[in-house]
Amino acid sequence: MSTATATRPHGFHARGAGTRPSLARLTKVELRKMTDTRAGFWLLLSLVGLTALVVVISALTGPALDHRFQPMLYNALQPGTVLLPIIGILLVTSEWSQRTAMITFALVPHRERVLAAKLLASVVLATVAFVATLAMAAVATAASASGVDGQWTLGAGLFGQMAFSTAISMLVGVGFGAALLLSAPAIVGFFAIPIAVSAATHVVHALRGVGQWIDQARTLPDLLDHSYSADEWAKAGVTLVVWLAVPLAIGAWRFTRGEVR
Amino acid sequence: MAMIESLGLTKRLGGRAVVQDVTFRCEPGTVTGFLGPNGAGKTTTMRMLCGLSRPDAGTASVLDGAYRDLPNPGRRVGILLDAGAQHGGRRGQEALGVSAQMMGVAAARVPELLELVGLDRRAARQRLRQYSLGMRQRLGLAHALLGDPEVLILDEPANGLDPEGMRWMRELLRDFADRGGTVLLSSHLLHEVEAVADQMVIIGGGRIVAAGTRAELLADAGTLVCATDAAALGTALSAAGLAARPHADGGYVVDAEPEEVGRIALAGGVALTRLGPSESAGLEQLFFDLTSGAPDAGPAAADLQEAVR
Repeated sequence: MSTATATRPHGFHARGAGTRPSLARLTKVELRKMTDTRAGFWLLLSLVGLTALVVVISALTGPALDHRFQPMLYNALQPGTVLLPIIGILLVTSEWSQRTAMITFALVPHRERVLAAKLLASVVLATVAFVATLAMAAVATAASASGVDGQWTLGAGLFGQMAFSTAISMLVGVGFGAALLLSAPAIVGFFAIPIAVSAATHVVHALRGVGQWIDQARTLPDLLDHSYSADEWAKAGVTLVVWLAVPLAIGAWRFTRGEVR
Repeated sequence: MAMIESLGLTKRLGGRAVVQDVTFRCEPGTVTGFLGPNGAGKTTTMRMLCGLSRPDAGTASVLDGAYRDLPNPGRRVGILLDAGAQHGGRRGQEALGVSAQMMGVAAARVPELLELVGLDRRAARQRLRQYSLGMRQRLGLAHALLGDPEVLILDEPANGLDPEGMRWMRELLRDFADRGGTVLLSSHLLHEVEAVADQMVIIGGGRIVAAGTRAELLADAGTLVCATDAAALGTALSAAGLAARPHADGGYVVDAEPEEVGRIALAGGVALTRLGPSESAGLEQLFFDLTSGAPDAGPAAADLQEAVR
């Protein structure tokens, strides 16, 4: 029935077959996947373009006080709060909608490593985006040369919060993407659900107290505005459990166990 | 040593067993044809072998262990499960480049493989949504071969290839097996597999209905007989007490030796136009009988008609 021999097949030298791909390599692959598709390329280009547009407008308009580095950076980070989560969502959902998950998981059967690489890649991209934004805001600040006091003042705490917030916004996107696994519902959900929750906590009297803890619109945006107090951190932390940890936990379960078709 | 082994694999979806107790093995140096109509359970079985789907019962092993336990599976097992499962916005060469990076294969191998499967420079630069089905299949084969694997698991690789492409693929797989590699390829079309497979595993309605070499499967295939007057031939055969199944090309496949059938025709005064061992016709008939007789094969009847053509 067969022509099998007990010897090892010749002509096959399984070089590298014994070592699994490192997490660093998988992270590089995920960064590559963010940029090598048409959608990913245009999203990143839009991010750079919009950020540049924002700093130019900020530098040319408004009072001299707004031409200081801190408000300039605040403005420059805004496009990223919208676009980075979308990149994060698509990083996960495109594997399902384009069905590349079949290839990815066939090459890396331990799916939790793929998800870890996606999270790491998101942090790397967010960091690169933050540094680039920093540079653009600095150029605009220098160019506007307002000469007002504290033109370059930015507290280390606030600086850290800004970097943290940029990375977090992208990770929330990854969490939503993994929890829903479908591009359109994840993107719509990412923007609509927090607004709906925020509205509910304002309208429904019984929810007002909870709103202070879980309403993103109240607890997170000021991370870019001023250094947080302990109380503000507590509220931001609870908000992040609800909007980051929970979707990510659901997402991790679905990502690692879901059937890919 | 079995390079691929399916041991009692069972998968239930929505309360229905789409794959039930499927057992077979593939040895090094051989090509195994996994045959069955669409919806018979081929893809589900292959997905379980590659760890993409969890079996409800049974075990799947590739290279003497669970696929999941291979440290860098792309370097040992080449997989093509769905040529359409690629990002439409990615260029052909980039799709291979991403996977090459993932499994630690030199980027220089990408153009080599594109050339091997006959995708030219222009095709390599095209986005995948512009690819025809045949081009996707070629890219899928290049992808499966990228890591220089010793085992190939290919689901309907000939789908969308033109006759010349199909011949090219058969030669490629034959050569791969002759070098000691192991190939499992599925098809719903007998003729795609027949010429290259050392053994065939036929699945219908989620169950293995037959398995063996071509000769083994054909051992009892019977005699193909045709006559100018088919009805008279049928009457003569049934009068002689022989089971005769009508064949798609006209005439009958009879469970008897040609000599006996010839005598009956002579006695019945029927002029024969054809008489002999059924061979390929028998294999087609066998494939049809085996798979259509299986439970749950009803909805796939249309595919069966196509399958035996």
